[in-house]
Amino acid sequence: MILGQYIEDAINWMTANFSGFFDAVNIGMSSLIDVIESFWGWLPFYVTIALFAGIAWWKAGKSNAILTIVGLLFIYFAGFWVETMQTFALVLASAFIALVIGIPLGIWSAKNETAQKVIRPILDFMQTMPAFVYLIPAVLFFGLGTVPGAFATIIFAMPPVVRLTSLGIKQVPEEIVEATKAFGATPGQLLVKVQLPLAMPTILAGVNQTIMMALSMVVIASMIGAKGLGEIVLQGISQLRIGLGFESGLAVVLLAIILDRITQNLGKSSKKK
Amino acid sequence: MEKIRIENLSLVFGKNKSKALKLLESGKNKAEILDATGCTVAVQHANLSIDEGEIFVVMGLSGSGKSTLLRCLNRLINPTTGKIFINNEEITNMNDRELLNIRRKELAMVFQHFGLLPHRTVLSNVAFGQELQGISKAERETQAMETIDLVGLKGYENQKVSELSGGMQQRVGLARGLANKPEVLLMDEAFSALDPLIRSQMQDELLILQEKMKKTIVFITHDLDEAIKLGDRIAIMKDGEIVQIGTSEEIITNPANDYIESFVENVDRSKIVTAASIMFSKPKVARLKKEGPAGVLRIMRENGVEHLPVVRTNRTFLGYVKLTDVLRLKKEEAKTIESIINESVMSVTPDTTIENMLPLLSKTNLPIPVVNGENHLLGVVSPTSIIAESTGMAKKEIHEIIQKAIEL
Repeated sequence: MILGQYIEDAINWMTANFSGFFDAVNIGMSSLIDVIESFWGWLPFYVTIALFAGIAWWKAGKSNAILTIVGLLFIYFAGFWVETMQTFALVLASAFIALVIGIPLGIWSAKNETAQKVIRPILDFMQTMPAFVYLIPAVLFFGLGTVPGAFATIIFAMPPVVRLTSLGIKQVPEEIVEATKAFGATPGQLLVKVQLPLAMPTILAGVNQTIMMALSMVVIASMIGAKGLGEIVLQGISQLRIGLGFESGLAVVLLAIILDRITQNLGKSSKKK
Repeated sequence: MEKIRIENLSLVFGKNKSKALKLLESGKNKAEILDATGCTVAVQHANLSIDEGEIFVVMGLSGSGKSTLLRCLNRLINPTTGKIFINNEEITNMNDRELLNIRRKELAMVFQHFGLLPHRTVLSNVAFGQELQGISKAERETQAMETIDLVGLKGYENQKVSELSGGMQQRVGLARGLANKPEVLLMDEAFSALDPLIRSQMQDELLILQEKMKKTIVFITHDLDEAIKLGDRIAIMKDGEIVQIGTSEEIITNPANDYIESFVENVDRSKIVTAASIMFSKPKVARLKKEGPAGVLRIMRENGVEHLPVVRTNRTFLGYVKLTDVLRLKKEEAKTIESIINESVMSVTPDTTIENMLPLLSKTNLPIPVVNGENHLLGVVSPTSIIAESTGMAKKEIHEIIQKAIEL
């Protein structure tokens, strides 16, 4: 196929000509991930569990706090603690970068018709392209390891927060926007004082989705050498060890549930259940 | 004094604005322009002058362009052509910074569905305008508290607006508008979303507030009763055009066309129409010094009436004389009619409404004299025309009814 040939040429050309740029990104990203990873690695497991449970209690109520404790204890005693913290660090780093890029893009596409027309098909592309496909250029740009895994994860996880930020801002009732303008708000004041606060629940739903998608992607990213739970899942598959595969898979599910419950309730004020 | 002036303002929505505008200039109507260009003409050739301190109501049905016209005043929507002046300053050519300043200082707006920030308290909503201006929290909240007190929301300042009823929310909207101490208040169907009882209460309160504040208020409504109740003057819009401007009485007694006539048909005229507009202004009178009984009798015979108002030479109203009394005097060969003047006649002033004249009919069947502050006779209002105005029946019908009643 000719199209495939073009894309291959383009990727090769980028690899050859932008190697400096990719190296810089590589160093930046790997040090970010390292810092996060070593922090969670350094924290004793019981402190981490207490911290998670505390946040869960504060944001999502008592039952979710109990769920968090039980889930994390299971992971610890199943022997996946280190890998889980690696995965968590990778999710945190990629989701953070995805949000830093995604939220402004969402704001831009809500405010600018042309931007939206350009961004939307790109998002469609990013979301529907099979996730494995991103792994190939990621390896070419960054080699094997955690950074290309994070790169693929960022691309895969960004679309929901862009879409939902844009949606949230557009859903602010026109009359409130008009009222704000009528009282002499600058575009910046309109955004910060009115549009973002009113769009916050929708934006946080996007944050939640981005984090969940990042988690599903970091498992896949282990195919190109990203560390974490994905490695063990992969090991289970390649060695046909059903028990190991299932246990590590369950650890991913538990981590997902805990992250979901906590982030889902970020927008709501603290409550006791 | 003139506060706001709109000169030849037109507004077109759509892509092919310049072509639509040309067609509009050449006298094409809204439907023809829509067919030819796909553009909607929202406002066409609007000219208005609004005085300082008046409540100016713009009334029209939905789609008449009234809200669009209002939004041109603070340029939430930019007019396609035409000019707007506030305090003789042209709004339409201001840059962003000047516009921001005039929105902050001189124009405030109240919205149909309130447009409040649901996640904030009453206090911070009311202080919002000043927050945007960068005024310190303490200062703006002190001012906001004063305004909250003014609109009767004291004690609610720390509630979230989403917890308040519609009427309360609109008080917050009104307070937010007033907190900036603007000179002009733009009210877009401000009471239309409220239920009837609360609406009428808010209208009363607005009128009371206006007594104190003397702001220039531009009020948009689709409700004629509301327009009449609030408006010092009313402009009626249809299909983007201003069809008539005037006081409610001018519009009701002298509608510009069939559309307005059908519009005002069901209005309770007795509350609006005044003696001045239904009085007969050159009534036959008996002048005390000039006419003796014989002269008065001649005037009565010539006009076929049994009663005549009596005035001094300077038109000061004295009372009525009756035919039978005049005949008696003539027999007695008296020189003057002074002795037979019935002075216990109720008179009204020109601005008395029909509603207030109706009770007089139970006391007299004489034409009601209309006098000015110096008691000079300006005209008379016949009982028939009072009934005709308040019932909407033709005078002829009323005569027939009266005749039948007399025959019985």
